[in-house]
Amino acid sequence: MATTQEITFRDAPSRIAAADASHVGDTEGQLAEAASEMEGEKMVLNMGPSHPSTHGVLRIVLEMDGEIITKAIPDVGYLHRGDEKIAENMTYTQFIPYTDRLDYLAPLANNVAYALAVEKLMGIDTKLTPRCQYIRVICCELARVSAHLLGLGAYAMDVGALTVFMHTFTEREKLYNLFEALTGARFTTTYTRIGGVSRDTPPGWVAAVRKFCDEVVVNFDESETLLTRNRIFVDRTRDVGVISKEDAIDYGLTGPNLRGCGVDYDVRKAHPYLVYKDLEFDVPIGSVGDCYDRYLVRMEEMRQSVRIVRQCLDRIPGGADNEGKEPVNIADGKVTLPPKNKVLTSMEELIHQFINVTQGVNAPVGEVYFGAENPKGELGFYINSRGGGTPYRLKIRAPSFVNLSILPHVLPGHMMSDVVSILGSFDFVMGECDR
Amino acid sequence: MAALDFANQLKAKFGDLLSEPVEFRGEITLKVSDAERITEVCEFAKKSLGFNMLLDISSIDNYGEDPRWTIVYELYHMEQKSHLRLKTEVSEEKSESPTITTVWRTADWHEREIYDMMGVRFRGHPDLRRILMWDGYPYFPLRKDFPLAGKPTDLPEVAFTRPAPLEGGPFVTVPGGKDALAREPRVRIPQTESVATISRLERRDDVRAAHEPDAPQPNTAMPKQ
Repeated sequence: MATTQEITFRDAPSRIAAADASHVGDTEGQLAEAASEMEGEKMVLNMGPSHPSTHGVLRIVLEMDGEIITKAIPDVGYLHRGDEKIAENMTYTQFIPYTDRLDYLAPLANNVAYALAVEKLMGIDTKLTPRCQYIRVICCELARVSAHLLGLGAYAMDVGALTVFMHTFTEREKLYNLFEALTGARFTTTYTRIGGVSRDTPPGWVAAVRKFCDEVVVNFDESETLLTRNRIFVDRTRDVGVISKEDAIDYGLTGPNLRGCGVDYDVRKAHPYLVYKDLEFDVPIGSVGDCYDRYLVRMEEMRQSVRIVRQCLDRIPGGADNEGKEPVNIADGKVTLPPKNKVLTSMEELIHQFINVTQGVNAPVGEVYFGAENPKGELGFYINSRGGGTPYRLKIRAPSFVNLSILPHVLPGHMMSDVVSILGSFDFVMGECDR
Repeated sequence: MAALDFANQLKAKFGDLLSEPVEFRGEITLKVSDAERITEVCEFAKKSLGFNMLLDISSIDNYGEDPRWTIVYELYHMEQKSHLRLKTEVSEEKSESPTITTVWRTADWHEREIYDMMGVRFRGHPDLRRILMWDGYPYFPLRKDFPLAGKPTDLPEVAFTRPAPLEGGPFVTVPGGKDALAREPRVRIPQTESVATISRLERRDDVRAAHEPDAPQPNTAMPKQ
């Protein structure tokens, strides 16, 4: 006979107290005292750059006292490709494929964030067509579901729950099929263009997304059944890697990692871009800021994303397959490419096409910062333009890079095995961190 | 217009140290004329005005101009939901600015990245090492005078670099080139010896100068009629 075991969830204040007690790094507890007696017995352990739980090529030099970490030095940069240097040497449109390779688990969201940054520089971010805005929101939210599904699966696998990974990957496969139908590529989507998107939704795509939304929520429930009250999972994540609100803000954490600490900050709510201000959704926040809260926040965020996608599918201007013949791209030949049939027959469109492809869009002199709520946090682009089709300087504010900078503060005081759950709960991508 | 209010409060406190607030696309930028006092300004912005988050620090290489470096700070006020940008300039001879890690700890990695990529040092930084490149790498790759292809380096037992083969690559745009021909991404002078390539491009001094470091400098004098 199977029996159900009750797990008692302590309320938030007592969990914080318990977390403080277990945190030997910043309290003068007994363990710390014991550690000082053993001075000279420290061991340096290299974790990574090639380690299953470092999700790519993160290396952490851990100074250990027995099982307890006394010092952690993250070493990043193994995946540095010089994206910012490359951006200075090509037109704005040519850089879009490179944004796929930042957070390579949510390329669509990166495409949208980058396009919006350039559009803000050009002053056309409010002139985007309604259909384009809705399509972009759907893309962002599907990308969020895709990234969180993988983040969650890998996180659960790191702490020993292998099944969840298989579950979430089934859904990601469906998502990739949807992305392929929409953009022509499963992974490197390069979907947005300055002033629009590369193509409208294909026939039947909206219906397929609707079907996916119905299926994926079942999967959320299944994954949640496997994890949320799973004794092993809870034991390995609760009260581990606690970050206080003040520390989180001071270290510039964003995204689910910040909200897990109880800070109510979501760029979609604070500075709504696209049509987010017309959509209804909630922003989940945690109470303690431990690994378990970060898991709960991600889980709920996926449900909210599905909620957003459903609203967009209902309201998308022009109807599912654009029966209303709504325009998708901005009808300005100086920004977007003109229709192909006109390029070959009309002089003006030919000139627009030629200038657009060879010189790129003509951006004004100025500087903008645009941040978008990406699955990993706030992905920001700072563009400094001196006019013309190429940025003079393009700085990428990568959320993973900033989120990881808190590791030397969080890791000390934890056991070696906790590193794996803390890294899993941070859900970082090295492609974005190292740029 | 919260950001502008904050900018005016800063301006009232520091007076001539700050420039007049500049607005572009709804964003407020203030220029701090003396980089040595940036810590003080940031401290005031955080403690008294409540800019509790530092989103980003970027650096710009104004190659060929003086001062050469611009450091850009993106501040964020979480309660009032308002952004503020502070800029300050550092000369090439000095290449040093005080750290603001004492104000926001997130500045740690951002300042290390600027040091790594541009070579601007931050005085008082607790651990100013390279972050994306490896210790011992001799160049600062985001400087404008560092070629896109890279430079050969060799640090035995650690890492080496070779210039990337750019020939045939689609990305040799010259940023800020004076006209379409100079900016055209696919413009390059074929680097072959077997084929005589006396093209229109090779006669353009500025295009040659941009693609070949050793070529004669562009002749800026007016052409003879």
